[in-house]
Amino acid sequence: MMRMSSGEILSHKKYGDAFHSLTIVAPDIGERVVPGQFINIRCGRDRSFILRRPFSVYRVHKRGGWASTIEIVFDLRGPGTRYLSELRSHSIVDLMGPLGRGFTLPKNRAHCLLVGGGIGAAPLFFLADELRNDGHRVDVILGARSSRLLLNPIDVRRLASVYRITTDDGSAGEKGRVTDALSEMIDRCESDVVYTCGPHPMLAAVAGVCVDKKAPVQVAVEELMGCGFGVCMTCVIPVRPGKSRRGNAAEISYQRSCTDGPVFNGASVVWDAATDIVSSGQSELSPGGTPARQGVVVDSTGEHAPPGN
Amino acid sequence: MGASPDVSTTLAGLELSAPVLAASGTFGSGREAAELVDLSALGGVIVKSMTLAPWKGKATPRMCETPSGMLNAIGIQNKGVDHFIAEELPWLRKQDVTVIASIAGNTVEEFVQVARKLRTGGRGVAAIEINISCPNLEDRDNMFAHAPGPAAAVVAGVRKSIPKLPLFPKLSPNVTSIAEIAGAVLEAGADGLSLINTVFGMSIDVETRRPQLAGGVGGLSGPAIRPIAVRAVHEVHTAFPEVPIIGQGGVASADDALEMLVAGASAIAVGTANFVNPRSIPEIIEGLRAYMRARGIDSLQGIIGSLKHHD
Repeated sequence: MMRMSSGEILSHKKYGDAFHSLTIVAPDIGERVVPGQFINIRCGRDRSFILRRPFSVYRVHKRGGWASTIEIVFDLRGPGTRYLSELRSHSIVDLMGPLGRGFTLPKNRAHCLLVGGGIGAAPLFFLADELRNDGHRVDVILGARSSRLLLNPIDVRRLASVYRITTDDGSAGEKGRVTDALSEMIDRCESDVVYTCGPHPMLAAVAGVCVDKKAPVQVAVEELMGCGFGVCMTCVIPVRPGKSRRGNAAEISYQRSCTDGPVFNGASVVWDAATDIVSSGQSELSPGGTPARQGVVVDSTGEHAPPGN
Repeated sequence: MGASPDVSTTLAGLELSAPVLAASGTFGSGREAAELVDLSALGGVIVKSMTLAPWKGKATPRMCETPSGMLNAIGIQNKGVDHFIAEELPWLRKQDVTVIASIAGNTVEEFVQVARKLRTGGRGVAAIEINISCPNLEDRDNMFAHAPGPAAAVVAGVRKSIPKLPLFPKLSPNVTSIAEIAGAVLEAGADGLSLINTVFGMSIDVETRRPQLAGGVGGLSGPAIRPIAVRAVHEVHTAFPEVPIIGQGGVASADDALEMLVAGASAIAVGTANFVNPRSIPEIIEGLRAYMRARGIDSLQGIIGSLKHHD
């Protein structure tokens, strides 16, 4: 059967002091996954916490000694990520994936602006690789609360034709939010399409700017997930699927991030009806793992639950 | 090796080749999981509850993880019985799997109307599970499942609409006496019982001091509730030994399933474990066979209700 496999850890490294990276030998996934899709990992057999943890794919290595491996990045925010952080080379992990619907790549040569926040930027690196391979131009805005939470800014310099870095506290790049730079970047880079992933309020703000500027925007949302394959109805977001021909607004429906998404048309998501608070302790149940409340101070690990661990 | 032990079971005349079903709300209509697991390897699928009109479900967050389990308040998001009959059932009929339809509503009349639609359009449905853990609009939103009268009223209404198919009301553990509710719904025409639905619970984020769920409280599922479910099965089986029970609540392994069988369940449904491992059910069925083989047990009938007591 498809989509259930085991993978062997090839390497475990760190990006800065905040992020862990696991490179996993998973040919079944590596050959099929597209940017924006995710995998769901069973973090051990401990019954004290039971659900899988979803991770968007950060990188796929298709050639060379690391061919058919996938890479995920995460920070420590609960028992699942702690389990993963203790894995070493040759450990075996139980994987489900690739899951969900990824980003749609442009058909014709395009200027693509990638906007990432915190660890939510993870799938944009895989996307950038694919876009560049297809001959598209890639520009990037990378943001985070502070410099230590910027995901791989060095690589952004390599990938992007034009890039901007923002931090809430000004500890790296410009002080401010990614949206402060967005409008100007769309104009300057003559962006044909915007791709974004990050915390929910950031996605709402990015989508808002893009809609105002009539720039197509694809958002990869980070909602809490129970199953990852479409049955539990946990990870829904409100979507209004375009206007009808008579001009009436179509009815809002709750769509599943795991199977209808996680990539949605940012102009169709009903951001004001969506939840703006996701609890800190559960945040490792979303694919980017970012607490959906950028700008709110949470403790450094964001870990309160589940108790009993 | 001798012949493979016989794991077939019977629920109020419904023959199942294996005793482990997918619990409602954890397997969609079966289609979502079909990419991950061979449906013909299951005892059957109890599909996601369906209502008369589509239900949008509750606000998010709808779920949080808790010790050895999870809390949810989904709100039975579903596309309605007409959608099930037109879009899901034709596909399900082509699969080699027993289909149990779960129905829900906010008034007795809504349950009755869903049942009527299934009577006329529900070819391929082998039995009905009645999800009475729904707020009753005509009784200040109290759950039907929480008092004998309303629970029995739903079952009696559905019974009239569907004279032939086996009916399994799914009882709530959040009551003083589950055996009393069981007695009421059996009196009203139920053929068997599903035990149990989720256990009321609550979890609070101390950072925000808000409930983890937008709905405030929710239903606890997973291994955390298994002892509660086993107790409920035991209690009801003791009171009504002839009544077939689908035992459910936190079953994730063959040993868990065996607990249910020994306590008196004739079949088991697996719920939350499907999220973690969509192949839990075939693995549990294989585990049951291994248990029986190792002990020379030929048939499940040698296990069901075989609880021994301390001296």
